[in-house]
Amino acid sequence: MSFWPKSRKARRRLTILLAIAPVLALAVGLAMYGLRDSISLFYTPAQAKAANVAPGRKVQLGGLVQHGSVVKHPGGDVDFVVADQQATAKVSYHGDLPDLFREGQGIVAEGSFDQSGTFVAKQVLAKHDERYMPREVAKALKQQGEWRGDGAGAPSYDRPSPQGGGGREATGGGSPADPPSSDLRSPPPRGEDRR
Amino acid sequence: MITELGAFALILSLALSLAQTGLSAVGGARRSPVLAGAGRGAAVATFLAVVVAFAALIHAFVTSDFSVANVAANSHTAKPLFYKVAGAWGSHEGSMLLWCLVLTGYGAAMAFFGDSLPPRLRAYAIAVQGSLGVLFLAYTVFASNPLARLLDVPVEGRSLNPLLQDWALAVHPPFLYAGYVGFSVVYSLSLAALIEGRIDAAWARWVRPWTLAAWSLLTIGITLGAFWAYYELGWGGWWAWDPVENASFMPWLIGAALLHSAIVTEKRGALPGWTAFLALAAFTFSMLGAFLVRSGVLTSVHAFAVDPTRGVLLLMMMGLAAGAGFLLFGLRAGSLNPGGQFRPISRESAIVLNNILLSTATAVVLLGTLYPLIREAMDGEAVSVGAPFFSLTFVPLMLLAFAVLPAGPLLAWKRGDAKGVARKLWIVLAAAAVLGLVAYGVVQPRKALASGGLVIGFWLLGGALLEMADRLKLLRAPAGESLRRARGLPRGAWGTTLAHAGLGLFVLGAAFETAWKVEAAQALSLNDNQTLGAYTLTLTDVGTVEGPNYLAERGIVSVKTKAGTEVCHAEPERRFYPTGGQTTSEVAICPSLLDDIYIVLGERRAGEGGKPAWLVRAYVNPWVRLIFLGPLIMALGGLISLSDRRVRLGVGRRAQEVVS
Repeated sequence: MSFWPKSRKARRRLTILLAIAPVLALAVGLAMYGLRDSISLFYTPAQAKAANVAPGRKVQLGGLVQHGSVVKHPGGDVDFVVADQQATAKVSYHGDLPDLFREGQGIVAEGSFDQSGTFVAKQVLAKHDERYMPREVAKALKQQGEWRGDGAGAPSYDRPSPQGGGGREATGGGSPADPPSSDLRSPPPRGEDRR
Repeated sequence: MITELGAFALILSLALSLAQTGLSAVGGARRSPVLAGAGRGAAVATFLAVVVAFAALIHAFVTSDFSVANVAANSHTAKPLFYKVAGAWGSHEGSMLLWCLVLTGYGAAMAFFGDSLPPRLRAYAIAVQGSLGVLFLAYTVFASNPLARLLDVPVEGRSLNPLLQDWALAVHPPFLYAGYVGFSVVYSLSLAALIEGRIDAAWARWVRPWTLAAWSLLTIGITLGAFWAYYELGWGGWWAWDPVENASFMPWLIGAALLHSAIVTEKRGALPGWTAFLALAAFTFSMLGAFLVRSGVLTSVHAFAVDPTRGVLLLMMMGLAAGAGFLLFGLRAGSLNPGGQFRPISRESAIVLNNILLSTATAVVLLGTLYPLIREAMDGEAVSVGAPFFSLTFVPLMLLAFAVLPAGPLLAWKRGDAKGVARKLWIVLAAAAVLGLVAYGVVQPRKALASGGLVIGFWLLGGALLEMADRLKLLRAPAGESLRRARGLPRGAWGTTLAHAGLGLFVLGAAFETAWKVEAAQALSLNDNQTLGAYTLTLTDVGTVEGPNYLAERGIVSVKTKAGTEVCHAEPERRFYPTGGQTTSEVAICPSLLDDIYIVLGERRAGEGGKPAWLVRAYVNPWVRLIFLGPLIMALGGLISLSDRRVRLGVGRRAQEVVS
């Protein structure tokens, strides 16, 4: 073979290159395909309306849970409304909501819109820190002028009670959202609920 | 007082690590044993000073000294003692101090155990390790001091996030950091060798045990973290391709590649440049992990409290360390001796292929992890890259690696016999294929995944066992001969077999758990039933319990088979922590040998007819035990290899003879 180099070193280089090339080609091909099809875009309700997201396309929907919108059906279905400053979107979800899911709280739902425009969530994410706002939500709200800066926290929230039914008010401290006088930082928001 | 002592010790350690760098570097350059010795002394002293600082932090946590900002933010008097101690590394500042502790600890270990290393290389390596210490200690002292006091002392602390009050989570950071930061040693050794301009088998002999130690500890750390996610977060998942998870996984992958290429460099003197490159890359990925976790540039499940200024600092540190490393590598790479020759079919080639696949897989994970940042910078769109991307890209690459893995250890060095290996392995392949076909017929639903996983898992497991049987001449020689061979076999060989078998077990578990999982979620009133696969769940009672720092609703769920025998009496809880105002779910797990029945008590809501009802979610997770057992066996394999005398001792001499 004439193209096969004479020098031992060059021959070795070529062999290694020949071994790397198909693997690299495979990886690049898969990555390109994957980045086109298996990533999900993030929208707030207004952005989703503007982008006219196709029904069935897997996306993330983020925003604040509107006050008074949460309806829990006996079978385990939950309906609620996610809102940003300009628009709202109805979300339906089957299953247990994250422990930190509250009205007024910023959440991210993963799923897709159905034909009627209701967002069917497969997963609802809320961070395990009252002051935490999912980053995309914070950014989108900031752009809309809704955000009141880090540490301002969720507008309001009800403490859950272990007795259920909201029977007892928890004691201790004001809202954790109150900025303390010192430079205390919130505990690391490492945990998150995925349901 | 003790806190001030700790803060002083921390500043002292920064000065000492400066001394360590300077003395060792000059000692190496001038070949002065006195200066190099002083540098070693400084390395040990640095470590001791950080130990004092860390002890002071733990003391502050144990005594609930809320005048220390970090304690006030992360602890509480009502917290159990164990979690008070663990709180010391539960925050950004504390974990950075732990990072420094491990970093200087490795530096001290090099100073202590490095007698067999060439003196000059050792002095340079300790100097480089010292300069890493300077970077990270300076960051800790100036930008993230965990011992800083508060002027305005609160009466009570703000507690550690209750989800983090868990044994697996409490102990996993030390393992993770011991692994992460362990790669700093190979980084230092690599840079030292590049400064000297010589990378040979003797050097690789030194790189290998440190890589083994770091990689094994990292494996344990990641597994504990996954285990925590599995049983504490309450959604039954153990890996979500979250950026922070990826951040720990990338150094692991590169570490695995380095582990193998260092063997080639040690045994055959080949691939020196590539091994040095991987050594630099491994620690770079560790630093990238530290940056990703702490800067908040990516939305993550586990990120620490976000602080962009610190993020920029960490990024600069990473750029400095990695930049210096790769610059020197670029300058010296051309002059490195390429080392031993080998044929396309040989163990070297198999390892090269392993390395190509592992590094490509790492690149893919890196791309997936950083893609949201790239996309945001490019067109401002927010995207999330999740499991589907990684299943599509990472998994096929790994499958390729798994396909060739069993052949690797059976091939001879330099020139392998492909036909001979095929003759040995066909039994395993045939058995794996038959098992796969049987599974395809039996298993419902998503059987393709389960049967494919079975084939690959068994191929790995069987291949590892066959390789061991081959070494022992099992069944081909008298039992006594096999036993004698088993005794004479180096521990490194046992380690290899165990690690590869552990990987096989993990694949089996992962494939089965994913394919065969059964899930049910329903709102149940008292004495209601729900069906979960072959079981019936009954919610028999719900009561209130008071814990040390929480209140809880505890459900009693009776799990029965269709025949009516009770297999499990589960008590899942839903806990409320008044201090943080947080609610968490305490999962009840009914374990059998390999499977788990996993039950979560959800929130209370109005059921039918106004009766109270609780949402009960339950899963059957088949073979889930293997997911955690497999990696632990891999880590055990690594540690057993590490205990091999050949790996630990006699550095250089024999290897050099082999090469020359």
